[in-house]
Amino acid sequence: MTTLTDPPKEQFRLSMLLYDTRYRSATIQVIALIGFMLLAAWLISNTMQNLEALGKPVEFGFFAEPASYDINQRLIEYTSRDTHLRAAFVGLLNTLVVAFLGCVTATILGVIIGVARLSHNWIVARIMTVYVEMFRNVPVLLWIVFIMAILIETLPAPRAFRGETPEASMMLGDSVAMTNRGVYIPEPLFSNSLGDVHLFGASSLRFDVSLDLMAILLVLGIGIWVSNWIKHRADRIQEQTGDRPVTWWQRTAVIVVPMAILLYLLGFHLGYPELKGFNFKGGTHLRNSLIALWLALSLYTAAFIAEIVRAGILAISKGQTEAAAALGLRPRKIMRLVILPQALRVIIPPLISNYLNLTKNSSLAIAVGYMDITGTLGGITMNQTGRELECVLLLMLVYLSISLIISAIMNWYNESVKLKER
Amino acid sequence: MKKSVILGAATVAGLAAGAAAAGTMDDVKARGKLNCGVTTGLVGFAAPDANGEWKGFDVAVCRAVAAAVLGDANAVEFVPTTGKTRFTALASGEVDMLARNTTWTFSRDVDLKFEFVGINYYDGQGFMVPKSLGVSSAKELDGATVCIQTGTTTELNLADFFRSNNISYEPVPIETNAEAQQQYLAGACDVYTTDASGLAATRATFENPGDHVLLPEIISKEPLGPLVRHGDNEWGDLVRWTLNALISAEELGITSANIDEMAAGTENPEINRLLGSEGTLGEMLGLDAEWAKRAIKAGGNYGEIFAQNIGEDTPIGLARGLNAQWTDGGLLYSPPFR
Repeated sequence: MTTLTDPPKEQFRLSMLLYDTRYRSATIQVIALIGFMLLAAWLISNTMQNLEALGKPVEFGFFAEPASYDINQRLIEYTSRDTHLRAAFVGLLNTLVVAFLGCVTATILGVIIGVARLSHNWIVARIMTVYVEMFRNVPVLLWIVFIMAILIETLPAPRAFRGETPEASMMLGDSVAMTNRGVYIPEPLFSNSLGDVHLFGASSLRFDVSLDLMAILLVLGIGIWVSNWIKHRADRIQEQTGDRPVTWWQRTAVIVVPMAILLYLLGFHLGYPELKGFNFKGGTHLRNSLIALWLALSLYTAAFIAEIVRAGILAISKGQTEAAAALGLRPRKIMRLVILPQALRVIIPPLISNYLNLTKNSSLAIAVGYMDITGTLGGITMNQTGRELECVLLLMLVYLSISLIISAIMNWYNESVKLKER
Repeated sequence: MKKSVILGAATVAGLAAGAAAAGTMDDVKARGKLNCGVTTGLVGFAAPDANGEWKGFDVAVCRAVAAAVLGDANAVEFVPTTGKTRFTALASGEVDMLARNTTWTFSRDVDLKFEFVGINYYDGQGFMVPKSLGVSSAKELDGATVCIQTGTTTELNLADFFRSNNISYEPVPIETNAEAQQQYLAGACDVYTTDASGLAATRATFENPGDHVLLPEIISKEPLGPLVRHGDNEWGDLVRWTLNALISAEELGITSANIDEMAAGTENPEINRLLGSEGTLGEMLGLDAEWAKRAIKAGGNYGEIFAQNIGEDTPIGLARGLNAQWTDGGLLYSPPFR
């Protein structure tokens, strides 16, 4: 006779954590995690103890002290009496400016070069190959210093523009001056300006927003929206009747006419640079350091973007082009409607990391004395206050935040162009 | 199982002990070499010569200290630092001392936790402009573009000077003296400002030094001196008294030519105490009796070092001025060796 019994209920024993394969990997992971956290805690407490022993505990009070140094390129009002925090803010804006300009220029150049490398024209394709190999195989720091040296050594000093028979003269009808201190271009001025809005009162993060600029952006935005609406209406009519109404003049007019009226009302005119005293006065001064950094970062990153674009286009099978041609599409439409939308899916993800690289590479700015956040917070402020740890930690936090924001925006864009699976 | 716990605890304890600092003097002796922070290159003060050997006024202080501690004036590892990196290099222990025309200020001494051991050059901030600019005073520089080494006190003085005179300027921040020279000579800036001694040294390396003038205004006090980390007093004492030995040697008439003769013993007890034929000053510092003799022999007394590197007979051509002995109307005044 056999009796059926339940299998004995297994009791949990401590040794099972090690000998039972169900628990073993979890045990190992927990031990590793604890070890890692202990190491981190030891590193932090050791740093704190040593700083304490040196008499330099971590504190951020120095941010409220006056910075006492001047910054040449400032997008917001700043004097040497402002705080270190505001100096860091000025630096942050400078970083953002060069990163933005760099990303835009690098993308435009990169796409053109990437497409040109696939050209059937032998010379064009070869020249682009030489460009790509030359720029991506030399460290970007050398390009920055090299371009700066060219600007300083080859362009004339402002004093060459002086005198009865000057050695150098201004270009484009006396409106642009190229000097070895930078390029002076005309600046937009408004005689009936709407004024500024002052944000954040008197704090260190205060800044002014120009209402003129806001008004222009608003009118431009509405214009583009109306123009798109006209296009959609034309699409609808075409689908219903097969005839597409001619809309190009309407679409141009809704953008241009309101803009022209607004500029007239605001009293738009240009302020030209003029040689006064030691330097040119008036106009917008694009400093050498900005130009060198911007050009070098753009040219360098464009070489990488060109390769990404080329890879993206080559990734689309030739059958797609042939099928589109068989349907009767013309080459330009094939590129726009068939190849590019598919290539973008391959292009965007590596493009994001190139934008991030460009932004981080902008911290090489100090090589040419461009006052970005590494130059202000991580340079002069750190040096004058002696708060290395605090400044470097904050600097890391700033770059991390900028990178994550760029990544988030680009991922959102990637999401919108990727294959919609239904 | 128990054993591994004990081993782990021992490891942690060992790591913690490693973090505690040892005396700099013992470190230097154990290493057999002095790590000395200097500029990246300022002719006359610290720059490698044609043979790659470091020469200069600041370098001589490093060599004197090395000679006193290690008995060999060449047992020095020169670490070039910029205005920005120098303090981190010293604070982190990368260098044992900094002899890099660094201005003694309250916040550097107190807040940055360094110890200035004395002053080896009394300086002030000046301006250099091309003669062709026709400027005769710094107050005429309204709107000028000024090249300036970033991370220095000169940057702050400049901001204060232009602000208090209510004139504007455009700063061009630059990392090293060499880059500043390049930009200044290319006309990318109208003015170069730094310590007057540095300007003279820089001008001496120009092709046509006569085409450039130093403006009469000296806008700040810049007492330059060697410094060490705060808190290691034995090491601080040693560097301080080595510098004082060089200054006293000049005052007492001890030169590299007559030092051997004087070390044998003289009628002047202070010379005897300094050179170790009398008393136990060396022992008090933790060294032997002949430490000061070696330090002075390394490059001569203060006056000899000055004359060789930056004096009127060199291309840099600086007058002694404030840096003369107190007996000659200058500010150099070493406390007595007693």
